[in-house]
Amino acid sequence: MTPPSREPEIVPDPAVLSPGRSGPADSPSVGGGRASRIGLRTFALGYLTLLLFVPVLLVFYKAFEDGLPNAWETVTSPEGLNAFWLTIVMVGVAVPINTVFGVACALVLVRQRFRGKALLNSAIDLPFAISPVVVGLSLIFVYGPRDGWVGPWLAEQGVRVIFTPVGMVIATLFVSLPFVVREVVPVLREIGDEQEQAARTLGASARQTFLRITLPAIRWGVTYGVVLAAARALGEFGAVAVVSGKISGVTETMPLLVAKEYETFNVAGAYAAALVLALLALAILLAMNLIERREEGA
Amino acid sequence: MSISVVDVTKRFGDFTALDGVSLEVPDGSLTALLGPSGSGKSTLLRVIAGLERPQGGRVVMNGRDVTDVPVQERGVGFCFQHYAAFKHQTVHGNIAFGLKIRKRPKDEIDARVAELLALVQLEGFADRYPAQLSGGQRQRMALARALAVEPEVLLLDEPFGALDATVRKQLRQWLRRLHDEVHVTTIFVTHDQEEAMDVAEQIVVMNHARIEQAGTPRQLYDEPANEFVMGFVGEVNRIGDQLVRPHDIEILLEPDGRAQEGQIERVAHLGFEVRVDLLLDDGRTLAVQTTSADAEQRELEAGQIVYLRPDRARRFSAQR
Repeated sequence: MTPPSREPEIVPDPAVLSPGRSGPADSPSVGGGRASRIGLRTFALGYLTLLLFVPVLLVFYKAFEDGLPNAWETVTSPEGLNAFWLTIVMVGVAVPINTVFGVACALVLVRQRFRGKALLNSAIDLPFAISPVVVGLSLIFVYGPRDGWVGPWLAEQGVRVIFTPVGMVIATLFVSLPFVVREVVPVLREIGDEQEQAARTLGASARQTFLRITLPAIRWGVTYGVVLAAARALGEFGAVAVVSGKISGVTETMPLLVAKEYETFNVAGAYAAALVLALLALAILLAMNLIERREEGA
Repeated sequence: MSISVVDVTKRFGDFTALDGVSLEVPDGSLTALLGPSGSGKSTLLRVIAGLERPQGGRVVMNGRDVTDVPVQERGVGFCFQHYAAFKHQTVHGNIAFGLKIRKRPKDEIDARVAELLALVQLEGFADRYPAQLSGGQRQRMALARALAVEPEVLLLDEPFGALDATVRKQLRQWLRRLHDEVHVTTIFVTHDQEEAMDVAEQIVVMNHARIEQAGTPRQLYDEPANEFVMGFVGEVNRIGDQLVRPHDIEILLEPDGRAQEGQIERVAHLGFEVRVDLLLDDGRTLAVQTTSADAEQRELEAGQIVYLRPDRARRFSAQR
């Protein structure tokens, strides 16, 4: 059997080797002439410097201004340690739950047709629209142990939600809910379902198809969603502040600690705690990056 | 594997895609589903694959009713029009997918993939990603992927539809030879009658959710069951209530009792053959096919008055 011989071969493009990564930043055709390109770059960098780099670097500087021991003391005090671990618990519980929910919800929104889909679609954006303080108050209406909706019944069973880490987790879940859904939905739309159908014809079960085809295809969307949700969970102040009762050493997360230290004129302590918060965020970004890279190598 | 489709109906909302369709596909045959877009041919293929569930009727394979058997257990190989390549997997990974699902040992998988890469002429491409292949190469990879699990039926949905004309022609020759070699029962969907006539042993012409006629290419061309089939598998002229193929009209230079008069509008030289466009005295136009040698010998040219005698014209009873 002879092959169809004269077919144009496509020259390998290194960019396609790492799917999902965008191409080189310096594409000569985009952005017009050299002068306007440099102008655009200066503007983008200047904007970032003013709004992002300067404030963040100032946090680092301020934290160490009074010397390392002072900053260290605030962070390693029992209150500081409690806030640190509590914050990690918030992220560690809320983000995985919202990731699983987010992927499932995105699949339902993109791949299924049912009545009330538009309603579900808008409901997911509620946490974006509602002020976090209002979220906190509404949780008190539901779970408040005295006049809440299910709160008194829960209290009888010995479950307390308001003024405990349980309520704080619920508040964090609420505010960080939309991120994974909103990142995954467009990716699912983009890839379509032909690859999944092909996998099914090749004998893959629904579960195998999801794990081997769908998940690898949407993992960049999931990654961004997780990073955004984690950042929100890490930094959430309003909703958590309302339901936590701000009990020092018990229900105080890092953002609450930063605010408290600042309000009680322990500025160095506030900066130190803020620094830890910033480092936590960086650690999450780095971890996600490492996981991505390992999966790409596999 | 022989396939019987019995009285299958499929609706999408208000739209009826298949309206009581029945079809027999003999074991080891190469069948084309031919029809205009929206005629239901792709839906029929997807119903046979198990990718769509019909609202009525049955699909039977080798005497076994598979209507309720899910797609992953039907043992069909399916090729999609846009290849449906697994973008994050290499060519090797794509072809090995079905074998990995079946948990075959690694060296067996590697051997089978190498064999298939040779079959579809993609040796040396194992480590490439789909994005680094041309359209024709991607379709061959998809074919190898479907063949890897040794399906008893191969289903191809407009397999060459997204390719340019040259690659299309090469690939359809190649599919023909592949079928002679592998002998798997094959059904492919196309809207290109030339492609269907060139490749298939049996052609099933579809229109408006129904099958108009099934038969060999020759049967369809020479004995079309109705006007639609006659018009779809070749060019036709309408003379009164009769239909006639352009090569079945004789051009006479002198009047003859029953021949109709017409004026040549244009003589188009298409290589071996020539198409003569004519204007009849009642204002209608007509196309006649003849050979280049004939047109030259009789010096046919625009403006000339000639006389036309149709041969083998057909009249069909009123359509449903």
